[in-house]
Amino acid sequence: MSSPASGNPIVQWIEYRLPIFSWLDHSVGSGYPAPKNLNYLWNMGSLAGIALMIQIVTGIVLAMHYVPHGDMAFDSVEHIMRNVNYGWLIRYIHSNGASMLFLVVYIHVFRGMYYGSYKYPRELLWWMGLVIMLLMMASAFMGYVLPWGQMSFWGATVITNLFSAIPLIGEPIVTWLWGGFAIDSPTLQRFFSLHYLLPFVIVGIVIIHIWALHIHGSNNPTGIDVKGPQDTIPFHPYYTAKDLFGLGVFLIIFAYWVFYNPNYLGHADNYIPANPLQTPPHIVPEWYLLPFYAILRAIPDKLGGVIAMGAAIGVLFLIPWLDTSRVRAATFRPIYKQFFWILLADVIVLGWIGANPAEGYYILIGQIATTYYFLHFLVIMPFVGWFESPWQLPDSISSSVLEKGGGSASGKEAAQ
Amino acid sequence: MSTTTSDGGHGDDASRRDFLYIATGAFGGIGTALAVWPLIDQMNPSSDVLALASTEVDLSPIEEGQSITVVWRSKPVFIRHRTAAEIEAARSVNVQELRHPQADEERVQQNKWLIMVGVCTHLGCVPLGQKSTEPHGEFGGWFCPCHGSHYDTSGRIRKGPAPENLAIPPYEFLTDTSIKIG
Repeated sequence: MSSPASGNPIVQWIEYRLPIFSWLDHSVGSGYPAPKNLNYLWNMGSLAGIALMIQIVTGIVLAMHYVPHGDMAFDSVEHIMRNVNYGWLIRYIHSNGASMLFLVVYIHVFRGMYYGSYKYPRELLWWMGLVIMLLMMASAFMGYVLPWGQMSFWGATVITNLFSAIPLIGEPIVTWLWGGFAIDSPTLQRFFSLHYLLPFVIVGIVIIHIWALHIHGSNNPTGIDVKGPQDTIPFHPYYTAKDLFGLGVFLIIFAYWVFYNPNYLGHADNYIPANPLQTPPHIVPEWYLLPFYAILRAIPDKLGGVIAMGAAIGVLFLIPWLDTSRVRAATFRPIYKQFFWILLADVIVLGWIGANPAEGYYILIGQIATTYYFLHFLVIMPFVGWFESPWQLPDSISSSVLEKGGGSASGKEAAQ
Repeated sequence: MSTTTSDGGHGDDASRRDFLYIATGAFGGIGTALAVWPLIDQMNPSSDVLALASTEVDLSPIEEGQSITVVWRSKPVFIRHRTAAEIEAARSVNVQELRHPQADEERVQQNKWLIMVGVCTHLGCVPLGQKSTEPHGEFGGWFCPCHGSHYDTSGRIRKGPAPENLAIPPYEFLTDTSIKIG
């Protein structure tokens, strides 16, 4: 990253007319002072950005070979897999890349929840992140429809039918979404159009997300505010180097899926061409949507299930106000900290339930886990905030780092 | 302006500006809304999709106890030649106890022919039960594998999450052994 102070005359010529170098420097360069105690959980933001870029690049290339038509879509995907040079690689990167993007985004979200990153003054930053997550879900769902296999077709049927639960206008809305009286080629073509569009909308909101981030800066593992220059280090080279190391680890995991287990996260039924007259015995969404699918099925009423699923994400928009504690990070909240881990376990249970058929004791467990999910946000979060006595917060980010033994002896002396 | 004598002139001027401002805004707003409508309506079914809206079926090859599935408006339609026992089972139910109360007589034109849209009213899967080897649910009719809805021998919802009975498409008997759906 060129510093704006660079003596290069071309840089100076551009900078005078369009201050793009100083803008980059303040965004991800040495001009962005970041808290000096960020741990590896703070890698997820940049990893999500990189994963999004990988999806966009591989997606643009796949669109050069894919045919969005009911009669040809499935065959065109097989054509990509068998005939197009490196088509198999690009498609496996794209299909597993969706999972990798969700993985880092979910860690990013839970990190924000643990360290209270959604609290004042970062409420809008949190909201922008949730909007990105919703757009990702819509985009991933429509992308999964494009191969036009059995799971594509019936997943699309079930999800679009959710809108039919809306009283009175539900049926006309579903017909409008489909462009017909059932899922068919018109549906596929509009999903393709929107699947191509949404990632660029996401990029736009990511830019707003980063803009909002830089107004008050990153939160940090102590949750306390930066009090001065002694609490920060320049983003570049310190965090660019740390993020690059994290990227290496991320790409190793990514490569494992692409090269050694490319179909594990998908479903075998999607290699059967779509058949509008036969539903597969078990319809399951991709893993990243399973917890929400479990909440949908936990309510034994069509409209109620749809409302609960929407509310599961809607409630996340409210947590800046549902969390009544004045302390941001759960690190210093002895009671809330435990509830956080129970919530994480609860979401994993919901994911496991979502992957199983809705029968027998799976139904009961799903209902208990759904109840607990809402209980956490609507009851536990406000009440624990009121009654809990948080532990003593460190005086500053700097002193917390030095107390942990992170500093050398001379560093400690210097701090004292 | 300061030299004008009439205050009324001032007031008129202001309200006239307000009116022009609101009228211009409303004109622009309504115009934009009208311009957006074609962009929304283009997603509704196109003329060729609407043109495929009826299907004729010959019933004569279907033996008693057999079912066939035909396609109408890209949806499966179940046509079942019911046995006397199935008709009896469908009619011995107390209609008031049903989730979606409908007598079997309301759902058929000829007792032995049950004709209905084979799309689960929950989330749109195709229920099993058209073949004798498939599960028929607890009420001897159809069973939806997606979320476990059970339909009886009249296609009525009896158990599970679906809110309504399997829909009856509009159809008419052209002769005793052929129908036109749609």
